[in-house]
Amino acid sequence: MHIFANPARFLKLARPLTLWLGVGGAVLIALGLGSGLFLSPEDYLQGESVRILYVHVPAAWLAMGGWTGIALASLSQLVWKHPLAGVAGRAIALPGAIFTALCLITGSLWGRPTWGTYWEWDGRMTSMLILLFLYVGYIALAEADRERGGEGRVTAIFGLLGAINIPIIRYSVEWWNSLHQGQSISFSGGGSSIDTSMLWPLLASALGFSLLFGAIVLMRMRAILALQKVEARMRRLAA
Amino acid sequence: MKAKHQRLTLLLLAVVAVLGAVLLAMSSLKDQAAYFYAPADVTRKGAPQARTIRIGGMVEERSVRHAGDGVTMDFLVGDETDAVIRVRFKGIVPDLFKEGSGVVAQGRFQPDGLFVADEILAKHDESYMPPEAAGERHKTGSLK
Repeated sequence: MHIFANPARFLKLARPLTLWLGVGGAVLIALGLGSGLFLSPEDYLQGESVRILYVHVPAAWLAMGGWTGIALASLSQLVWKHPLAGVAGRAIALPGAIFTALCLITGSLWGRPTWGTYWEWDGRMTSMLILLFLYVGYIALAEADRERGGEGRVTAIFGLLGAINIPIIRYSVEWWNSLHQGQSISFSGGGSSIDTSMLWPLLASALGFSLLFGAIVLMRMRAILALQKVEARMRRLAA
Repeated sequence: MKAKHQRLTLLLLAVVAVLGAVLLAMSSLKDQAAYFYAPADVTRKGAPQARTIRIGGMVEERSVRHAGDGVTMDFLVGDETDAVIRVRFKGIVPDLFKEGSGVVAQGRFQPDGLFVADEILAKHDESYMPPEAAGERHKTGSLK
């Protein structure tokens, strides 16, 4: 990671990578959502409303993956003082918050026809709502810190501590009796309780949204770096 | 020890300590944070009486009885143990409510052990499949 301590070197790689991630993401999302919404079968119990899955699950994964990224960036900022770590954390926060909100909204829309309710305070839903509040808090903290011209240490500590919510979200459906169902997909063997005809569109759309997420983060990192450059130059001119 | 190694050890220790504390707190929250009582919880430890609670489990096969008035129904909620709860509900149930499927009921226990529900939610399990793959389970049977 230290080769990217020089922002110029990072930008040289980030510029073409943004394009490739964006194009790859768009293609995979089109494939995943196209087959998920139009070609895949309806569910034997849920009927057509199962199709919300193809947006809801990728959004949930990225919401949690986003905060994992913030935690790693925070760690590398606090320990190695990597100059891009704080920039990365701030770049991740906004798309992370948006995907969390998307996950909550789609889940709520799915819950009404399936469970018979838009919202219940069960472990999974409550911990996911807390994640949204954590994102909002992180964004506010990072903004306040930037206006003060600080190093972002408090923001990084907050990013690291907030990561505790991630295993809670993951295991909320196993620790507590919850309305939300348990894991359907197992990557460590054991098989998945989701039919193959629905699994492939889901994985394609999840990968597609992940690439898009990566492209957005790189784009935002470049924008933040450009802004920092402008601010530094303005200060020099004013001095 | 270099400064960055010191910072790394310190931070990792702090994270492990906080994580341990939170996980301990979460596991002791087990009962309070549960969204509903399972039938086994009710028979083992008893459930609060005369207070609105939620119970959840599987609707037992062939246990749904509709009363003469057309809106009241009685059914049994069980789990993987032998425990069952008798439930009475007056109203419209969600589409996914059916025998052999998961259910969460909100209401109160009566002194005689009957659970009178005022709200029924269907609990979906983690299986997703097209109707043809579900085969016989489409109509009946437990999903487990």
